[in-house]
Amino acid sequence: MSKFFDNTDLDINKAESIVSSTLNNCDDGELYLENSKSESIILDDNKIKSSNFTNDVGYGFRAITGDVVAYSHSNDISENSLKNSSKNLKSTLSSYKGNYDHQIKKTNQKFYKEIDPTDNKSMDSKIKLLNKINEYARSIDASVKQVTANFLGEKKDIEILRLGGELLTDSRPLVRVNVSIMLEKNGRKETGVYGVGGRQSYDDYLKNENWKSVCDEAFRIANTNLQSKPSPAGEMKVVLGPGWPAILIHEAIGHGLEGDFNRKKTSVFHDLVGKKVASDGVTIIDDGTLNNRRGSLNIDDEGTPTEKTVLIENGILKNFMQDRLNARLMKTKSTGNGRRESYKHIVMPRMRNTIMLSGNNTQEEMIKSVDRGIFAVSFGGGQVDITSGKFVFNCTEAYEIINGKIGAPLKGATLIGDGPSSLKEIAMVGNDMMLDPGIGTCGKAGQGVPVGVGQPSLLINKMTVGGTQI
Amino acid sequence: MIKDKNYLLNISERILTKAKKLGATDASVVVSNSVSEDINYRNKKIDGSTRSENLGAELTTYFGKKKSSLISSNLKENVLDELVEKCFVATKITPEDELNSLPDKDLHFKGLKELDLFDKTHLDNKEKIDYLKEAEEVAFSSPKIVNTNGSGFSEKKSNFVLANSNGFSDGYENSQFTAYCEVVSKENGSMERDYEYSSKRFFGDLLSPKKIGKNASKFAIRKLNPKKIKSERMTVVFDKRISKNILSVFANAISSNVIAKGTTFLKGKENNQIFKNDINIVDKSDIKRANGSKYFDNEGVKLDELSLIENGVLKNFLVDTYNGKKINKRSNGRCGGTSNLFFKKGSKTFNELINSKQKILYINETIGHGTNLITGDYSVGASGQIIENGEFKYPVSEITIAGNFNEIFKNLILADDLELNYSTNSPTMLVEGITVGGI
Repeated sequence: MSKFFDNTDLDINKAESIVSSTLNNCDDGELYLENSKSESIILDDNKIKSSNFTNDVGYGFRAITGDVVAYSHSNDISENSLKNSSKNLKSTLSSYKGNYDHQIKKTNQKFYKEIDPTDNKSMDSKIKLLNKINEYARSIDASVKQVTANFLGEKKDIEILRLGGELLTDSRPLVRVNVSIMLEKNGRKETGVYGVGGRQSYDDYLKNENWKSVCDEAFRIANTNLQSKPSPAGEMKVVLGPGWPAILIHEAIGHGLEGDFNRKKTSVFHDLVGKKVASDGVTIIDDGTLNNRRGSLNIDDEGTPTEKTVLIENGILKNFMQDRLNARLMKTKSTGNGRRESYKHIVMPRMRNTIMLSGNNTQEEMIKSVDRGIFAVSFGGGQVDITSGKFVFNCTEAYEIINGKIGAPLKGATLIGDGPSSLKEIAMVGNDMMLDPGIGTCGKAGQGVPVGVGQPSLLINKMTVGGTQI
Repeated sequence: MIKDKNYLLNISERILTKAKKLGATDASVVVSNSVSEDINYRNKKIDGSTRSENLGAELTTYFGKKKSSLISSNLKENVLDELVEKCFVATKITPEDELNSLPDKDLHFKGLKELDLFDKTHLDNKEKIDYLKEAEEVAFSSPKIVNTNGSGFSEKKSNFVLANSNGFSDGYENSQFTAYCEVVSKENGSMERDYEYSSKRFFGDLLSPKKIGKNASKFAIRKLNPKKIKSERMTVVFDKRISKNILSVFANAISSNVIAKGTTFLKGKENNQIFKNDINIVDKSDIKRANGSKYFDNEGVKLDELSLIENGVLKNFLVDTYNGKKINKRSNGRCGGTSNLFFKKGSKTFNELINSKQKILYINETIGHGTNLITGDYSVGASGQIIENGEFKYPVSEITIAGNFNEIFKNLILADDLELNYSTNSPTMLVEGITVGGI
């Protein structure tokens, strides 16, 4: 039963017949329907600055022949609109082939509950909690000058109608709570940001006054940065902390292992499957099946059940992440990585929860082994150039390491490197794998999707650090 | 076809009427529609087509000093009233903020001048494919270009209406044509990518496909076989692709939102000298056919030409109604940001600029988001070329550049090669004393 055709002139049979007549001779395609409901409540400068609610309903109709993708989307779910889209798709795909197995494996896997986080906590209690967060954060220390806190919640229902009337559905909750604290002391200003989230209700993340620890962490980061000194510049050893710093793995290696870049041979990894690409002991997976994690999905946005995909095993490149299009063209199977930001966007191979597994070393050993280097505990944004493999990261919390000991905090440190080389420069893999707190959004070709990352502490033998001190 | 103004006006009036009926003391609404038809092209054939049709409304209701907003893409007859009710329910339980209000009526845009923001030209798929085919062919004419990340052509037509309960109601059509080409070069095991793009309101103003292909190819080839360099303080010249981003940092740092909160390194710098005294920055909203031109801002407020930096001195902030009240200023029509923002051109030619030092690092790409607006610290990854005695010698990559914008602004020197191709524009820029991180 589809929920999307109520109050329209369509029913599932009519829609199916338009889908079939359009896709009959194509290699692949589907009608993707989406209803997303979201809220954003922001406290800023001591006030509830905005409360915004969004309801977005629409469809995306896709037809694929060979490597050509025709796509048409609209928020007018009606027979006329669907027929227009169909006409538009057919006009792009002039030569039909139609030789792909359309079947999608059925699944009952559920990695999160079907809840509406925007509904199951009242607006009033959200506002009260934001005010409590504000009061608490300002009470931590006299240096706290500005507090911003926000609740972002979403419920996204999707339906995928395929040739032959097959209907695949998923209902995805997602929340995120962020606190940003600005401190001012002796004329210097610094901020600290921390957040939590995932595919559960707000209360699951904030219960037992856990929101206080979110504020404490934001304050700790800001306070550390108040004492920071300019970062050195140049090539040196880098120890990465566990958890969120794995966005470096995500950017530096993950994107280069997405099927599209490899099918098009524009990734540095495209001819390296089966080859040694990383140090011994380095195993990296992309896992869509972790309970309640931000990057988890029951099915991907093409309907394929998600799985745990091994990308690199003990240093050897094993698999790329695939959607159906790139899998077919590379003569392999979709790994359930076909994702899109919304019905307004085409599907691409995207990461889910990308994780480097634990090894045998301790973080202490790593620090001890470094004469001069930096210890990077948390990052802001990062970016990668897939073709050259170069990536860059901005540290939001980092320390110098001198003669095996952690020294002063550093400000404005940037790490730059080259994905394939850095993988081979990993000298120690820690035994302390940790997942991130549930805050990551990955951008690719203008589309943002929620993702997770995780890793143990890592020692990287050399990387270029950008700072102002030479 | 995009919806006409009357269609959008009908929806906006219905929403405002319903809001009043429910007891909202004020309300505003934007109803917008756009249709975009895009073609992607790769390796001598079409790679895909996308047709996007978007219709949506964003409404804000007020109850005294309480305010809340709702966005919906479902505007069917039977749900319109329900949307307004939902928004108003949320409004009534949102805490008061004494600064919430619609803009002052006397600031509403009432002009008549024509800015030429809509080109009704329609290109069918074949015409778009021909354009991209030519760009790619030109790009591939060098043997060093071995692959492509694809090229694309997008034609977007939009229409919108903004209305509020103080009697403002206006809207206009606009169009955007965009073409890009991204190619991969290879030589001796080194693989690089680069692109050229052009985006204009009028199809006829786009760069020619030949030029797009030629530039993409030239840019990707000049990055081949990069060297790493030693960490040192250097004189850096920013290509126009990058210098305009530095101007954007300035604009972000003088938004009334961050000024009011104190979360910017330019807080308290009004009427201070922050650039050399020959630097001038202007935001001009009424340039015909220009990408950043607009009749009114996101609140319906008129925009006059705004001089932000005069002879190096910070003269104005970018002010909207709400944040303006916090800093005792009236809106200057910059809710939603700048329009056509640019540095006035400098006095040196490009050649004089790159000859002004024996050794210069020329930056034409930066990666990462290393700008801290609160402290002004800047640290990003970069690649570019080394210039010696005015000659481009060799490419460099995997370096970082770092500094502080207070210093960068004070030091920067501009060439005379300003072009108004984007909504934010800068001539080529020279800055001394940037820390370059390498090996």
